[in-house]
Parts: sequence; structure tokens; C-alpha cells
Amino acid sequence: MPRPFTPKVVTANDLLMGDVIYQTADNVWSRSIAEAEVLRDEDTANARLAFGSAQAGEVVGAYLADVKVGENGPQPVHFREDFRMTGPSNYFHGKQADLQASS
Amino acid sequence: MYSYNEFDKAFLAERNAQFRAQVERRIDGSLTEDEFKPLRLMNGLYLQLHAYMLRVAIPYGTLNSAQMRQLALLAEKWDKGYGHFTTRQNIQYNWPALRDVPDMLDALAEVGLHAIQTSGNTIRNVTADHFAGAVADEIADPRPVAELIRQWSTDHPEFQFLGRKFKIAVTGAEHDRAVTRAHDIGLRMLSRDGQRGFEVIVGGGLGRTPMIGKVINDFLPEADLLPYLEAILQTYNLLGRRDNKYKARIKITVHENGIEKIRELTEARFAEIRPEFKGTDQDVLAEIRGMFSNPAFRNVPEDAFHTAYDADPVFRSWADTNLSEHKAPGYAIVSISLKAHGKTPGDATAEQMRVMADLAAQYAHDELRISHEQNVILPHVHKSDLPAIHARLREAGLATANIGLISDIIACPGMDYCALATARSIPIAQEIAVRFDELKLEHDIGHLQIKISGCINACGHHHVAHIGILGLDRAGVENYQITLGGDATETAAIGERAGPGFSADEIVPAVERLVYAYLDERESPEETFLQTYRRLGAEPFKAALYPEAKANAA
Repeated sequence: MPRPFTPKVVTANDLLMGDVIYQTADNVWSRSIAEAEVLRDEDTANARLAFGSAQAGEVVGAYLADVKVGENGPQPVHFREDFRMTGPSNYFHGKQADLQASS
Repeated sequence: MYSYNEFDKAFLAERNAQFRAQVERRIDGSLTEDEFKPLRLMNGLYLQLHAYMLRVAIPYGTLNSAQMRQLALLAEKWDKGYGHFTTRQNIQYNWPALRDVPDMLDALAEVGLHAIQTSGNTIRNVTADHFAGAVADEIADPRPVAELIRQWSTDHPEFQFLGRKFKIAVTGAEHDRAVTRAHDIGLRMLSRDGQRGFEVIVGGGLGRTPMIGKVINDFLPEADLLPYLEAILQTYNLLGRRDNKYKARIKITVHENGIEKIRELTEARFAEIRPEFKGTDQDVLAEIRGMFSNPAFRNVPEDAFHTAYDADPVFRSWADTNLSEHKAPGYAIVSISLKAHGKTPGDATAEQMRVMADLAAQYAHDELRISHEQNVILPHVHKSDLPAIHARLREAGLATANIGLISDIIACPGMDYCALATARSIPIAQEIAVRFDELKLEHDIGHLQIKISGCINACGHHHVAHIGILGLDRAGVENYQITLGGDATETAAIGERAGPGFSADEIVPAVERLVYAYLDERESPEETFLQTYRRLGAEPFKAALYPEAKANAA
């Protein structure tokens, strides 16, 4: 029995702005985790991480983050990823403000 | 204050030009991230959770008004309008874009500031007593020595790739406000038989293995300082461990080898290199000292102070809490709290920075200090100017009367910003401050230091807090451990872990129970929390923290 695989997304920081980005299925980087490609097995996840990491001119520190898949697409499992997705809790800065501004 | 000479300016300009080229080469793909990372870290640039973070050194915590205004400019032009003052007398910008950082560094250079060696395995920003040059219990102003160390350690070729980071603090006063016993090297200025020297403390540090430093030399003559520092660094550089990052700090080297062996090796090396120092360093020190002379203190009536003190209870409360005794008659040291209840500890907006710069220029001999407690100090203020200063601070949201009280909390950025953090610090600090403000208890509680770190690296100094809080990740949930009885001063002590941690919802009520236990147990309002803790030990406080355990045992 293969052990159960927690779905994952490839996430990183943008080289120029430093902000959090997620890899999508069509090989672009999105600011929104909801648009991230959900990876459901280990081999695919590793291959997609290798693909993302290779884009050194665009991204820094790509890694796989656990997600749960809900109505609005993938959402973080760990609170650290919640903060990365949202921004700090002491000011309305970062992703929470950027996404509001762009919507 | 020290002002840059042509050599300093040329050095910084060249260094900034190098970094600008390094950034360009990273962006055009000539440098990989692995190649670029050590270069950016040497220039204070981190990549954090949401963005880059630029850490700018404020050497020995001293700024003039032009420098503070420039810090405000950076906050406004390249960040989100604020900066965060840290426990090592630095300022951090949380939102710069990579392409802007070389411009930020050039702007800093215009006022003699830099971000060199604010990260990396090098000698970091040298910190000092934030009341230096203003207090009466001082052998001498420690800042010329700190500036000498800054110049010696900046780009020192031998110490750019140490086993781990290395932090030095200096104090010239009896009362230790610089946490010298929790630094890799702590220097306490002494005077013996009319000769100036240092007690040299080595191997202190917080982090995952907190240690109080040990005295390696109880009186080092002043002229021997740089060769002796080199001897310690060289001993550490050879002997310190490189196999395990967590055992690489000098505190572990001292702990594993014993202070006697470290002293023996250091003294032997010192004997070898001392003759190479032929006095140029002392000439430089004398020159630096000339730039740190006392301001021209005024001798004018203090009536305006007394009138306001008698008439205005808000001013009185602020004066009672935020002023410290100055060495000159008629003067006071003003601590400006960056801990307004519910706000982020250590943060100041660009506008607030400008207000403080204006006040320094107008009333305080153009000097400002940043404390490791994340507050700003006007070190030389004539008492007659205090009512005007207080009024201006009030307008700017800077007149919180809580220095040394329970809401004057040290907090690291924690998981709201830091890539290393395991839990948040800032919201816990905000909630504690708001809670005790609601209870209107903090002036009754008196001197009580709470310090919060969002991970085991202990940037928030929780080990040396009267009540320390350490945020951890326990199975994917934020969890907060309490330590009790720590002390950051000349009677330094590492706090004792109280017991199991608390959830984010439980931690503020837990602190409240601790404080009520103290209020019940203290012998008089004069007995501080720490004194009560030392008299009674941990038991009554543990009982207050864990009432269930007590009930179960009964």
C-alpha cells in the first residue's frame, strides 16, 4: 500500500518583488493560491517542483506546500502558509491588500 | 557624534556600487541564488515570508536628526511608510523590491548609514547602552569604543566567514542596559587605579542554548582592546565548530572547552599579536573620542517643567514613567515609547520618525538613540523643554507613558514577517498591552518586562525577560511557552520554563493570572515582580499558571 499523499502546490517567492507566488498548470506563476496547480502524487509533485526551481531568473526558494482542496480550489493546511497567502496580521498589507486592489 | 571622513565615504560608495552590480547580475541571470544569497546577506538583505527585508545598522543605537529623516524617507519612498526598530539597534524595512535596494543603500550612505554586516556569519552591528553619554553612573561614554570596533570589524578580511554570527555589546555604566552578558562578547568599561579598561565577558547568548557570558578578563587595559578582540575571534575561528550550525556560536565553544582553555588560548594568541598594534588604533580612538564630546548644556530655570508637572496629570504620568536622570543639572533623558497599546512594538511611521527628528534637532542637541527595548530616546533634554516635547509627542501618538511597564513589550516580528518564525509574536504583544491598559493596572504593577520571541532563536530576548514568552509550532498550531525570572541587566539570569505551553487564546489570561499572583504575593508596591519571584521562587507563579494541576494534586 502506498502511503496516502497529501496534495501539494509549488510555491516560491518572486525574485524581483519577493512576494509569494504559486505555480499554475499552464506554467505561469500566480499571486493567488486558488489558481495553483494541485499535485496529487509524489512523482508529479517532484517533477513540477524541479520545473519550478529551474526558473531561477524568476523565482527564489521554490518548495512544495501541503494543501487541502475545497470549493475555491487549493487552500493551505499549515498556518504558516495561511500567512504567506494572506500577509501579516498587524497591518492590512501584502497579499490581502494586493488582491483586494486587483479585484 | 562620529561623522564619516573621506575614507569612510569612498569605502561605502564602492561597496554600494559592488552590490548594485551584484543585484544586476542576479537579475540578468549571471549569478544563481546560491551565489547571490551570501552577497545580499552581507549587505543586510533578507528574503522573508512576504517580501525582501532590508536591515539597516544603527551603530551603537545613535542617530542624528538628518539620519532619522533619511530613515523616514526610505520608509516612505521604498517601503509602506514605516520601519521596525529591532532588539539589536537596527531598523528593518519589510517591503523593499530587489531593484530598489541599491538606491536605498545609496540614500543611506548620504547620511553615513549602511546595512553592512547586519546579517551573515560576521561581526554584527556593535550595540551599546542607549543612555550612553547621558547618565551619571558612567565611567566613560562607550560609543567611541563601539565606533572603533565598528571600523575595525567592517569588512575585516579575517572575520567575514566565521563559523556563525558574532555580536558585541559595550557599556560604560554600572547599570547594564546593553545586555552585555548575553552577547558573544560583552565589554564593561572599568576604571582601576586611574587607568581605563574593560571587563571582557565572552560566550553569552540567547537562542536555542541560552548562556550567561563568562568573564575571560576582569581588567583589560583600554589600549589592548583590539588585539584582545582579535585574539578571541581567532581562537573562536579555529576552535569553534563548523559541523553543526546549532553548536557553532562561541557560547558553545566556551561551554564545551571551558573558559580556562579559551582564556589560555586567547592570552597566548594575544601575546603573539599585541606587538603588531603600534598605537594607530589608539590614535584613531582618540580622534573618535573628540567627536563624542558633551553637548553645550544650558543652565536655565526649570520652571516650565514644574508648572506643567503640577497642572497636567497626563504630563505628570508621562514624566514619572518615561524620564530618566541625566548627569547634567536641569536635564533629563526622554524615552519615547514605540509601544502604544495595541500597536506593533518597535514600529514607527515615517511621520513619527520626522517628528522625533524635529524634536531632536530643536530640543535635544540633535541626538537620538534606539534602545534594544525597541524605543527611541532623546538623550539630552533640558527639563524646561519637556512640556513642549510632550505636547508634540502626543499629537504624533508617541506619548505613551509605559517605559519599563508591562505593556513596554519587546517582540520580534514573528510569523507575521519572519521566514524562521514558528509562531506569531506581534499579536500576542498587542493583546497583552491592550488587556492591561483596559484593566488600568500597569502603573500599579510597576516594573515588569515581558519579552516575546516567535521562535527558538530568541530575537525577542524571552530568556532574559521577567516573563518570557516563546512561540512554537506544536503539531501545526501556535503554542506559547512561558519562562519566569529572567533578567537582562548586571544581575543577568536565564528565565526558568514554567511548564506546558498555552494556545494563542490562553496565553493572555495566563499572563494575567501570573500578574495577579504577583500582586497578591508582593510585600509592598515597591517590591517588583522580579524581586517577588526571587524571594518566593517559581511555585506560587506555577500554581497560578496551572490551577488544574494544583486542584488535581489536592
